[in-house]
Formats: sequence, C-alpha cells, structure tokens
Amino acid sequence: MPKDIPQLGCAKSPVLKERGQHEVFCGLTSIVWLHRKMQDAFFLVIGSRTCAHLLQSAAGVMIFAEPRFATAILEETDLAGMADVHEELDRNVSQLLSRRPDIKRLFLVGSCPSEVIKLDLATVAEKLSEKYFPNVNVINFSGSGIETTFTQGEDACLEAVIRSLPSSERTQLAVLGALPDIVQDQMMRLLNELGLEDIFVLPQINFDDEVSVGPNTHFICVQPFLGASYEEMVRRGAIPISANFPFGAEGTTKWLWAIAERFGVSKAVFDAVVAAPKLRAEQAIESVANDLRGKSVFFFPDSQLEIPLARFLSNECGMELTEVGSPFIHKSLVYADLEDLPSSTQISEGQDVDKQLDRVFDYDPDLTVCGLGLANPLEAKGLSTKWAIELVFSPIHFYEQAADLASLFARPLNRAKLLKVSA
Amino acid sequence: MKLSVWTYEGPPHVGAIRVATGMEKVHLVLHAPQGDTYADLLFTMIERRNHRPPVTYTTFQARDLGSDTASLFKSACHDAYNRFKPDLLLVGASCTAELIQDDPGGLAEALDLPVPVVALELPSYQRKENFGADETFFQIVKKLASPQPRTKNISCNLIGPTALGFRHRDDVKELEKVLQNLGIEVNVVAPMGSEPSDIVNLGAAHFNVLMYPETGESACRFLEKSLDQPFTKTVPIGVGALSDFIKEVEGITGLNDLQNRVDSRLPWYSASVDSTYLTGKRVFIFGDGSHVISAARIAREEIGFEVVGMGCFNREMARPVRVAAKSLDIEALITDDYLEVESKIAELAPELILGTQMERHIGKRLGIPCAVISAPVHVQDFPARYSPQMGPEGANVIFDTWVHPLVMGLEEHLLTMFREDFEFSDANGPSHHAAHQPAAAPKDIQPEEALSKGSSLNVIWMTDAEKELRKIPFFVRGKAKRNTERYAVDNGVLEISIDTLYEAKAHYAR
Ligand code: SF4
Repeated sequence: MPKDIPQLGCAKSPVLKERGQHEVFCGLTSIVWLHRKMQDAFFLVIGSRTCAHLLQSAAGVMIFAEPRFATAILEETDLAGMADVHEELDRNVSQLLSRRPDIKRLFLVGSCPSEVIKLDLATVAEKLSEKYFPNVNVINFSGSGIETTFTQGEDACLEAVIRSLPSSERTQLAVLGALPDIVQDQMMRLLNELGLEDIFVLPQINFDDEVSVGPNTHFICVQPFLGASYEEMVRRGAIPISANFPFGAEGTTKWLWAIAERFGVSKAVFDAVVAAPKLRAEQAIESVANDLRGKSVFFFPDSQLEIPLARFLSNECGMELTEVGSPFIHKSLVYADLEDLPSSTQISEGQDVDKQLDRVFDYDPDLTVCGLGLANPLEAKGLSTKWAIELVFSPIHFYEQAADLASLFARPLNRAKLLKVSA
Repeated sequence: MKLSVWTYEGPPHVGAIRVATGMEKVHLVLHAPQGDTYADLLFTMIERRNHRPPVTYTTFQARDLGSDTASLFKSACHDAYNRFKPDLLLVGASCTAELIQDDPGGLAEALDLPVPVVALELPSYQRKENFGADETFFQIVKKLASPQPRTKNISCNLIGPTALGFRHRDDVKELEKVLQNLGIEVNVVAPMGSEPSDIVNLGAAHFNVLMYPETGESACRFLEKSLDQPFTKTVPIGVGALSDFIKEVEGITGLNDLQNRVDSRLPWYSASVDSTYLTGKRVFIFGDGSHVISAARIAREEIGFEVVGMGCFNREMARPVRVAAKSLDIEALITDDYLEVESKIAELAPELILGTQMERHIGKRLGIPCAVISAPVHVQDFPARYSPQMGPEGANVIFDTWVHPLVMGLEEHLLTMFREDFEFSDANGPSHHAAHQPAAAPKDIQPEEALSKGSSLNVIWMTDAEKELRKIPFFVRGKAKRNTERYAVDNGVLEISIDTLYEAKAHYAR
C-alpha cells in the first residue's frame, strides 16, 4: 500500500518541453509491424540506403522470410532530374506488382530524402491507382524522420487510409490501432458480449473488408499515438470516444465503459460482461506487482505509450513515477491518463538526450524505460532498463495481457536480483 | 533507383560511425534527421557496447528546413564540443543533410574550435558503409599522421579494425600474438583502440599490416606514399595465407626463418581420416571481398572442398574476387542484391554455404547448412569466447565452424543405411545439432518443396522417381536432384524415372 494517497492530475501541470537531439526512430519503423498486420498490403519506401538499413536493423534480419516491404533506394542518377524518378518509380512498382500478384494495397511511403527533393508521392499514388484499378489500391503517407517519430508512422498510415474511405451513414463503432490478432479477437469478443455488432478495426486485415466512415461512426483509439488519425476521423464527421487506454484491469474497464456508455449499454450488462475477466486481471497483476510496488521508474520518450503505461504502473502496480517523457503529447487522446497521474510527476515532451541522461542519473530510478540505443550503456552504469520497442511488439492491451504487461517491467528487476556476478 | 529488401551494407555515414566508435577521444557531429539515430543500436545491441557511440545527431525536423538548419548544426557542434571535449572532431552529413547542402565542414571551421576538425565527404547516393569507414579513417590519418623517428626495434601498425567489424576484436589480439612470436612490436592499432595522439604517432612504425582492405586500404596507401611505410597485402586468414603473410613480413623487415614460429591444428585435423568425408563437398562462398578470397583458398587448399560458386557484395573488391574465382574455373558473382545471391545458391544447390547472416537466412530456407565468414554482422557474430579468424587460432576456429554444420563422417553412412528407420528420419538431422535442421524452416517455404518440386529445367519428375529422390539423405539430395536434371536435359529425357536417377548417379560417379 502506498504510504500516503498521492494527489492526482497532471493534465494542467507544467510540461518540460525539449528541443535538442532526439534519440528516437523515425516513422518508417512502424512498417515493421504494420506489414504483418495488413496481409494484402505492401509498403514501398522511397528513400535512401539509410532508410533501408533502418528498417532492416529495426526488423532484425532474421525475423521474416519474405517481408512485405522494400525500399526503392534513390541514387545519384535519380537526384539529377525529376522526370527520371517518376519513371523509375513506375518501373519498380510494375516489377514489384508482377512479382507479387497477391498485393491489393500498395503504400508508397515517403522518407526524408523524398520529402526534401519534394517528390510528389500523392500524385504518383493517384496515377498508379488509376493504372492498376481495380486490382491494386495505391496510397501514400510519410514516415520521414523530419516529420514523424516511430509510432507516428502508423498514425500517418491510418490517416491516409481514413482519408480514402468511402462515406456512409451507418451507425457503427470504429476502433483505431493495430493490435496483435489474438488481442484483437479478445477485444471483439468483449465488445460483442456488450451487444455491439457493427464494429470495424483499422487497419483492416484485408482490403476487401468493407469499411466506411461518416457522422454516425463513433470511434475510439486503442493506441495513444494516433493523433492525426483522430483528427482525420473528426474531419470525416465521426464522433470520438475518450477514455483511458486499455492497459491493465482499470484501463481496460474504463475504456470499455466509455464505449458502453456511448452505445447505451446498461451498467448491469456491462458489469456482467467484465466482472470475470476484470477480476482475473486484477489477481494476475497482484502477483506480479509485488516486485514493482514502491520501485521508481523513468521513461525516455519513445513510442508515445509512455503516459498510459505510466498510469498503469503507478495506479495498478504501485510504482513511483519520476520523469515521464513522450515524443509528443496529444492531449485530446491521453487526457484521461494524464489526469490519473500523480501530480508530482515530471512530464516532458520532445527530447534533448544528453540533458535527459543527466537527469536520469540524478533520479537514479529503479527502472528506466528507453530505446535500444540507450539500454546497454545505461545498464553498464548500473541502471535496470526495459526496451521500449518491446512494448510496441508485444501483446499488452486488455485484461488477459495485463499481467504480461506488468511482467515486462518486473523481469529486468528480477533479473538484476538473480545475477550474482557483476559486469 | 534500386529496389532493395535487405542490404549488405549501410550508408557511408555508418562507416564513419564505426571508425569514430572504435576510437577514443573522437566525436562525430552528424547532420541528420532523428531516425538516423537507429545506428546507435547497431553498436549497443549487436556489438553489446557499454557506451553510446560518440555521435551527436543534429536531428533537424521539417520545421527547421524552412528556417535555419545551418545554425542548428553550429549549435549542436558547439554543445558537443563543450560536453565531450574530444581531441578530434569529425563532422559530416547523412543522406538527407547531403541534399540540403549546409556544408558541415565550413560551418565547423567557422566555430574556430581549439581541436582539429575533419570534414567528411560521404556521398550517400553513390557509396556505402565500407567506403565510409575507409574514407573516414583515411581523412583522419591524412590530417594527423606526420613523420616520426622510427622505433628502435622493428615495429608495425595494425590497420583496419573498427567497431562493429566481423571478429575484429579477436583478430587484433591474435595478430598481436603472432607478431610477438615473430619478434615484431606493435606500435599502434587503429582505428579501433586508438586515440588521435596515436594517429600522429603512426609514422614511428617500420611498416603497416593491412588487416582489412575494406576499411584500411586508403590509409595504408597514403602512409606508404607520404611516410614511406610499406604495408602487407596478404590477409592472414587460413594457414596458407598466414604463411604468405609471414613471407611478406620477412621481405619487408629483412628478418628470416620466421615461418616455424606459428603453428595451427588445421593441417592435421584436415589430414586425419575422419575428415575424408569433407573431400569434394560443394561449397558456395559469399561475403565481403577479402573474407571471400581467404575462404575460397582455405576451402580448396586446406579442407579439400569444391568451390562451386563465389562472390562479394562490395564492388570495390570485384577485381581481386574475379581473379580468385577464375583460378578456380568459376565466375564470380558481384552483387548486393540478396535475391540474386539466393537464386544462384538455389541453382547451384551446394552442400554448404560460407556466407554472411543473409546467406544463413537463405540457407535456412533452402535447407542448406551455412557457416558465417563475413559481415554484415549479427549479435551472434560477437561471441563471448575468443574466436578470431586470423592467425593460427583463426584457422582452428574456421575448421571447427565450417565442419560443424555438416553431418559427421560415419554418421553420414549410418543415415543412409538406416534411413527407413523412423528414428533416423531426415528431420532429426546431424546428431550434434538437430535444432539447426531444415525441418524447422519457416512454414511458408518448405525446403522439401524447394528441392524436389518445381524444377528450374524443363523436365518432369515421375512419382516413383520423386519418392526415390526423397530417400536420399537431405544433405546430398540437392546435388542428386540437380545432377539428375542436368543429365536428363543433356540426354533429351523429358520425364525422370527411377532409371534416369540411377543412370545419372552412375554418370556422375566420381
Ligand atoms: S530519418 Fe529519414 S533518412 Fe533516416 S531512415 Fe528515417 S526516413 Fe530515412
């Protein structure tokens, strides 16, 4: 039990805004999980050797047999004259599509180099869509590092998908954000049990899944980094549902309740549906939380999951928050979670990595959540770390994963206790 | 424009980071967007370094483009100097910054810092990682190295090892031992392990040992020309190459009778009877040029394999690799397109691949064992144990590593004799490492399918013949299939029967 009840509410606390060196991936990284999620889609990055190398390093060469992504690497000759680039792109796309007839959606993904040379991928995508109609739908978005960080790639991709959706008057629920299949199935079961039938999830697994949007579409995000997609849904007339993000027993319950309320589900029905899984989750968390309670945690900015996860660690696992950094804070999305943070928490947005490193050593937290580039150097200085990228790749949402999520944070601490040799 | 899925080399600035990270008291300010900071993880995760690479990325954003990315660079440079106080500052641009043409060199010069500044030209749209490393180290040497009185005793510098290099850490240690046995002192090892003052002092050595032509050749050529330091041309990987290397050292130093001072177990292990089964195993070799040339020589002359194909991904080494291939009567494959490498391997159906992590991946899919001989590196290429490639111990390590994925001598026969016995099923593979076997290949591409169906030639396998083919142990099945098909085509047979299979076997019998 916490010693004294902390005061809650961070939504109005001052945010430390930083604009120095960032140590975060660019949006292209999202392709690593998006391409697994959309099974008839291919992601073609128009970029440099650096972009190709980033994707490869983030994905790990060994993971996928034949990934549904590739990079069209710009070369000296392409930079000489613009006319060339369009032809080259045309050629590469036709080569690709003839090799992979299973592709129904082709995403042309912009990068820093393609943005800087002002390559108009929107027009290219339009032309290609006409050319390959009706077999392939071609959409563009940017995953460039000058405009997007890490998970914002998924946001930009979904935003582009939403923009191309047909309109309809249907009353329905839209859930935004990529989830592992098993988690998505659990979510659908819960929503169905609440009596909701007309539901779609973006990104769609298959392009043929019929999806439309309009003024009777109510939507909720399952990931906190979908700021642009949120705006685009609103622009298309859809009505947002705001809630805590579905991490842990409490987060999941509040998220589901917000939907239930919107769709007029009674409290009695709601309680009947969630009671069992909620209790199961609470008990499971309880057994892991013993290792976390009273321990302090520091978040480097990475995936934008930081604020909701900090809420989970603080309110459901009893951890103490030091600094919670996020590359961006979309207040309209994370408001509820911000409100639930102890008001003593230092929230920071953006990054100046050297200064932040100074701060983490001052705090000397029990656990530091950070990117892959920082983890081993911090371990070598005696800090226990958790790689943030694992949080994006692992199933962590909803009741049945609540204890797994807590375990992800407990593992480095337990491991440090276990090892009797010092490095 | 070039379509690429996996790449063998990163961009040139990654090469620059490899040099900077290998050195001490050096800092690199790289004009680059935030995503390019992924490069740090190569060093901290793959190589398990316990320090961040000494790199400041300016991480400019779209909103900076309109205003002033140049002043962002200047302040980043200034802050980096004040925070890290390096003895040498490197500045450069990544691919995106190259396009906005801020001239990092000029900007850094204008700051008038109290340490030498090297401005790097890293043409991202033309060149790659190895070039970037070679060029960066060359520029550092050109800036700092100066004539020095030679050391009293005969000494040399070890040139070429960098951070994130394939076995560089252990190769350095092994060569230091070898040279000590030869009675030669090591003056400086660089770039890895050196600091700017060591570079100034390079000139004190009598000669240079070029360990890795990929990353050190330009510097060695420069030192030869400007400081009159000869350098060794043979990379001492393998017993024969080591002996040639020592001959070169004798030639340069005037020392003699050095040959007997090193000793490897490889020759006896190769001569011992258990190794008979290695004779004529068909291998395909791919990697960076220097490692491929060394591997081909070892494969052919020291283990007795048959090299059926070889090639490299770095165009800079195309010429010597072609020459080496020609001496084996094969044509070199020079490409950085892994799909091309994959189809070549599928076509040749070797019994063993000596390649990079990329070929290991290909081998897994095709059900062909693979030993890794070259970068690009993977976390597994930084083993905890001492594991050099160079010198006598390197030869021992290579013998073990290459032989390990193969089925051991007698076991090969036992598998053939008892292949109808369920406990000897192909899926079990060699007894000493069943887990590596093709049965565990990703389910979307079945090695069985890849091997026995879909002939590349215009012949059809009749059902009986195909069944018979499956009875042949997996480690020679690829060869049998390929030989039979070729035999069928050569003899105008369109449908392969059991008879065709055995006629082909008789025809190709050695
Ligand atoms: S930051 Fe830009 S240049 Fe670098 S990998 Fe990302 S998109 Fe490519």
